[in-house]
Amino acid sequence: MTGAPSETIQQTLDDPRLQLAIYSATHRLMTHRAGAVGEDRLPDYQKLRTHANEIKKHTIDHLDFYLERFESNVAAHGGKVVYCADSQEVADFVLSLAKERQARLIVKSKSMTTEEIHFNEHLERHQLEAVETDLGEYILQLAHQRPYHIVAPALHLTRYDVAEIFSKNLGVANEVVIEKQTRIARSALREKFLQADIGVTGANFLVADSGAVVVVENEGNARLTTSAPKIHIAVAGIEKLIPRVQDLGVFLTLLGRSATGQPLTVYTSFLSGPRRSGEVDGPDEFYVVLLDNGRTKLLADPDKRQSLYCIRCGACLNHCPVYRKIGGHNYPWVYSGPIGAIITPQFHGVLKDPWLPFASSLCGACAEVCPVKIEIPKLLLKLRAEVTEAKRREGAGGAERWGFRMWAWVMSHPWIYLMLARLGWRFSAMLPRIVPKVEPLANWASQREIPELAETSFHGWWARRKETK
Amino acid sequence: MFVTCIVDQVFPQVGIAMTQVLEQLGYQVDFPRGQTCCGQPAFNSGYPGEAATVARHFLDVFRDAEFIVAPSGSCAAMIEHHYEDIFANNRKLLERARALAPRVWEFSRFLLEVAKVDDLGARYDAVVTYHDSCHALRELHIKDGPRRLLTKVQGLTLREMEAAEECCGFGGTFSVKFPEVSGGMARTKIDAILKTEAGAVVSIDSSCLMQLKGVIDRAKLPIRTLHLAEILAAR
Repeated sequence: MTGAPSETIQQTLDDPRLQLAIYSATHRLMTHRAGAVGEDRLPDYQKLRTHANEIKKHTIDHLDFYLERFESNVAAHGGKVVYCADSQEVADFVLSLAKERQARLIVKSKSMTTEEIHFNEHLERHQLEAVETDLGEYILQLAHQRPYHIVAPALHLTRYDVAEIFSKNLGVANEVVIEKQTRIARSALREKFLQADIGVTGANFLVADSGAVVVVENEGNARLTTSAPKIHIAVAGIEKLIPRVQDLGVFLTLLGRSATGQPLTVYTSFLSGPRRSGEVDGPDEFYVVLLDNGRTKLLADPDKRQSLYCIRCGACLNHCPVYRKIGGHNYPWVYSGPIGAIITPQFHGVLKDPWLPFASSLCGACAEVCPVKIEIPKLLLKLRAEVTEAKRREGAGGAERWGFRMWAWVMSHPWIYLMLARLGWRFSAMLPRIVPKVEPLANWASQREIPELAETSFHGWWARRKETK
Repeated sequence: MFVTCIVDQVFPQVGIAMTQVLEQLGYQVDFPRGQTCCGQPAFNSGYPGEAATVARHFLDVFRDAEFIVAPSGSCAAMIEHHYEDIFANNRKLLERARALAPRVWEFSRFLLEVAKVDDLGARYDAVVTYHDSCHALRELHIKDGPRRLLTKVQGLTLREMEAAEECCGFGGTFSVKFPEVSGGMARTKIDAILKTEAGAVVSIDSSCLMQLKGVIDRAKLPIRTLHLAEILAAR
């Protein structure tokens, strides 16, 4: 489709190694999830989804209330909430804090929100070093790539790719054994943890009634990020709020299972405020940066607002047959797959990447596995209509629009429909000459044989049958 | 009967088979002659207004039907679920759509839930595999029904494929807007079908079958594509 990155999509489809990497990784995640939410393991799964949806709906509908509650509870624990409208404001805040505290090195645990605002690039421009400490993110940082997947950022890389990246960037021998690769990363990162002045994390949940930031992870790097440096900054979108600690019972049950099939991730950290007297570890200063970056725009539409319920489990990506073909990097933003296809146009405007809502067969597998029941296909349809309407206002997309207008007219005039269908059949011998000149036909024929129109349509059969009866 | 536009023009044998099965059960089958399409192509392409024009025509044509049986989960889901969205701002038409929706029946569901039969006395000597079409599966929650009907067919062996629930890649205009991705999805599906060594793939949606047949024919593979109605009418 016009505007879509057709060339790189084709490259992805033509790369058997990459296809296998995407397929096997997503297949593994799908299988693990299916096991973890099965009737025998989690009999209340569907009820939990409904409950999660209701909690998110309630929170997003009363976001102002919960934001204030969260803010005052963070302050009560000695922390500070900083509201930022966009990436520039986040960078300004972190840079000025770093300057005041004479900080030079920042360690980061995995955070899609900081990916969203190109946090590292902002800091690097000011001679601050920011090091990713999640293994996958670390590999990507060395390779100068963006995440391929919300949960498994280096899903597309094999151990041979990693060996190459490490030897090129870290000056180590080419090592293809995964355990040894982990050890290489670990020793490089341990140094960074010890030297770091600031630790930056994202947040999986912001708990309003306790002012806690909840971070889930499997590698322990978020724990080190939030305890070793003197300053901890959590950067989170405003939609991460949940009302109460007990709501975590719903969300933590769903998140790990939906993402990787784990009943619970290896580490779940509850971070509320700086170290108190008598505590052995924790930072001296604790900040929560609450980022808008376009999120409030999504609040305006009562239907599309549900896009903000997402808890970033990545299940919709794993189950999406389109994501599984084209991978993560062909999506225009850091959020890929079905969730990316619905939030990107809402954040950036529908005309920025007008092809995106159309890159779906509307199979609905995403909605079926979404733990918070976001109606992704419905939103894709809404966005499609918004794209065609926006194009109309811009005076673009005329040929397709006229095509559908004609089509609707024909389909609401049965005798014309039947006459045209007969004409089509009569001239079907000319098809080979017509196909290359008509784009939809040519596109169809690029992959498959064109179906032949029947000599006698059902209409025809029925009419003849009536006559002979 | 609403035979759908694809069956009318490309696969009339499916409509004929459906007629035979329904008449054999003693139903008086009517085929309103003004019928064309349910409007889904426009709706899925971002033209709800054009879809509404066609949907309105559908409401007129089928105004008096007692049961509207369609050989398609996708078209039935369009009428049952999405006419609501199309007519959201038109109370009168919305009411008409709502009154019509419960009278729409996907073919296999009609057999099992209205006619209450699962054995049609059909005979088909072959190993077949069943493809779950997405809209039937996820919007109408049809999964076991067609399989139940198939296992009652004499001489037929139903062999499940891996990932039977995965999309064939058709997706309406998606198939021509992203042909390479759509074709790739179909080829993945066909690989799964080939692994079962079945001689035919069966579905309750002719649009999926049109997509699969196109790719199967291009690769000259020995797999037939059959609508459930064709099997149930076979003797």
